[in-house]
Amino acid sequence: MVAKFDLNDDSVVLIIGTGAGGGVLANELAQKGVKVVALEAGGRYLPEDYINDEWDAFGQLSWLDARTTSGDWRVAQDFSGLPAWIVKAVGGTTIHWAGASLRFRPHEWKARTTYGHVAGANLLDWPIDAEEMAPWYEKAEAKLGVTRTGNFPGLPGNNNYKVLEKGALALGYKEVSTGRMAINSVENDDRPACQQTGFCFQGCKWGAKWSAAYTDIPKGEATGNLEVRSNAQVLRIEHDEKGRVTGALYADKEGNQHFQKARVVCVAGNSIESPRLLLNSASEMFPDGLANSSGQVGRNYMRHVTGSVYGVFEKPVRMWRGTTMAGIVQDEARFDPSRGFVGGYELETLSLGLPFMAAFLDPGGWGRGFTSAMDDYERMAGMWIVGEDMPQETNRITLSSTVKDQYGLPAPNVHFDDHPNDIAMRSHAYRQGEAIYRAAGATRTFPTPPYPSTHNLGTNRMSEHARDGVVNRHGQTHDIANLFISDGSQFTTGAAENPTLTIVALAIRQADHIAAELSRQNL
Amino acid sequence: MTTKPNWRGMTRRQLIARSFAAGTTLIVGAGFVAAPNAAWAYEAAALKPETLATLIRMARDIYPHDHIGDAFYVTAVKGYDTAETAAEIEAGIAALNAAAQGAGHASYLDAAWEDDRVALLRGMEKSAFFQKIRGGLVTGLYNQKELWPLFGYEGESFSQGGYIDRGFDDIDWL
Ligand SMILES: Cc1cc2nc3c(=O)[nH]c(=O)nc-3n(C[C@H](O)[C@H](O)[C@H](O)COP(=O)(O)OP(=O)(O)OC[C@H]3O[C@@H](n4cnc5c(N)ncnc54)[C@H](O)[C@@H]3O)c2cc1C
Ligand code: SF4
Repeated sequence: MVAKFDLNDDSVVLIIGTGAGGGVLANELAQKGVKVVALEAGGRYLPEDYINDEWDAFGQLSWLDARTTSGDWRVAQDFSGLPAWIVKAVGGTTIHWAGASLRFRPHEWKARTTYGHVAGANLLDWPIDAEEMAPWYEKAEAKLGVTRTGNFPGLPGNNNYKVLEKGALALGYKEVSTGRMAINSVENDDRPACQQTGFCFQGCKWGAKWSAAYTDIPKGEATGNLEVRSNAQVLRIEHDEKGRVTGALYADKEGNQHFQKARVVCVAGNSIESPRLLLNSASEMFPDGLANSSGQVGRNYMRHVTGSVYGVFEKPVRMWRGTTMAGIVQDEARFDPSRGFVGGYELETLSLGLPFMAAFLDPGGWGRGFTSAMDDYERMAGMWIVGEDMPQETNRITLSSTVKDQYGLPAPNVHFDDHPNDIAMRSHAYRQGEAIYRAAGATRTFPTPPYPSTHNLGTNRMSEHARDGVVNRHGQTHDIANLFISDGSQFTTGAAENPTLTIVALAIRQADHIAAELSRQNL
Repeated sequence: MTTKPNWRGMTRRQLIARSFAAGTTLIVGAGFVAAPNAAWAYEAAALKPETLATLIRMARDIYPHDHIGDAFYVTAVKGYDTAETAAEIEAGIAALNAAAQGAGHASYLDAAWEDDRVALLRGMEKSAFFQKIRGGLVTGLYNQKELWPLFGYEGESFSQGGYIDRGFDDIDWL
């Protein structure tokens, strides 16, 4: 039975956003008997609603509220109104995600200690480490059904993978596989095995890929402890005179505003909306925004060092067939400053359909240089670079002074400048990626610039000391005991790995903490 | 997004008989633009037919695919043939023609070599008009489902059971 809670019920835990962080937290709390209201700005879409069509799916699922950009990153030039590609729907960006599920490497929890001082970078060690996270990673991998963990076999390699593997092995790389994917390689969790349809980014119509939309959310609702309100966009978090948060004001589908009371508030709106909400909730008591005594809310925005490499071959590859991202080379993820940068990167297969390829291969490009590449679409293979970028205080989410959203609230501006370490890493990765494809026989390669951010991290970062960050080791804000951050904005540093497994592991761990604190009457 | 160009059922002879100005590759008639082989004809609504013909040529020069017929380019730009957008497009094409005249051609369409036309486009690459046309083509051209097979792209696959039994790993030349 799906629960229904009263707006004045101040005993509930209120979760804002239902993606990787919020969706998992909601279910985990509900399983423990905690009453939860989850407010989600987007609508509800299930596998039968997903569309095998790139632009149609984009229009159906994307977060398209007003946003602005600044800084020297290519995205600000190519996609000035679309800094990030994320989802506005129940289940959040786990509808779009490709499923790559990697643990951080042990040293990546301690970037400041391992890398030392890096000029211009605001590096900090996480207050937690690999050993502490190991059991939570195990739970997360079991929940997501991650291949090559537990008893789940790896996925078979598709055409795009085979090209990557051939070139990578020829270059001497050793850690080459179809990766650890939150995609069923066998039937599991009442969901089928992957049918290799492609379109992992558009929502998996088979439900073979894990998404909170059709796993954690309905499971949480089935407990009778979770109410998910869709089309409920939170505008502001309120607090009392003691400085404790009391609930949130939100707008429903018709634009009517309601206030949901709560005992605890957990913010999980992804790394642009979460800090924006804290900043938009500024009050007389907290003039710089909620939980912002450190001044770090919105800062240290990270998006991974990304970029893609496409290669054209003499014969057809048909990279779009099958899984979008099940293929990885991990050798470069090591820590090895002799390459001219700290941190490492992964190379993962990636394919775009023809419509997205036209938009992203070389944004702004035209003429025969561009179209001859498109003419070879069928003979292309593709890979994506994902590497650790440096947190910088000046890379940040701020409130626009000119642009407002549909509710009249200041839109977020996303400012990002590449750090020299980011640029050195990207150049290295382009070279290696192009070398891989050349080794597999490519006649032409493309170092494709970053797309709008799919990994958005770090804007409410976790820190041992209140002066250095926004939340403590449990994601609880240093300043306000009953206010938590539950999404990727907690990341102290970004590591080389795709972030979602870590977001999920942190959410499971946070649920354990919140439930325990509630029962101890500490919250 | 992909309505078929307006086929008026005219023969090549009829088309040519009605036309008063022929570009190098398109037939421009009183109120219409057509393919010289009568494969398609498009009746202009708000734009001058010459303007439309120039816009179609410009679209092909921006994203030239020699194995793709003009009909796809017509579909990609005909959204500009409305009362709301006509003034802006006429002005943009007039500027393009002025640039062509500055370079010694009678008009943009009159510049016979693609390289010459592309040089004119490079000269106005930063203009709002060029960027609008180019940006619109990214989806207007490449998101036409009928065009996908011409690039080998197979589109939707769920209804056919994905590629698990249809060649997701069929590469045989590695
Ligand atoms: C195309 C693509 C491919 C990806 N592939 C991978 C991959 O292979 N591996 C990987 O690890 N990661 C991948 N990611 C990234 C991954 O999806 C995200 O890291 C993850 O979903 C982030 O979780 P989150 O909880 O921070 O935010 P989200 O999952 O984005 O959830 C945030 C939710 O909050 C809602 N929300 C925001 N503001 C409000 C508000 N004010 N009121 C109410 N609701 C609000 C949003 O609508 C959204 O539903 C991919 C992302 C994309 C776009
Ligand atoms: S390739 Fe597999 S995981 Fe991806 S959408 Fe298809 S069935 Fe789902």
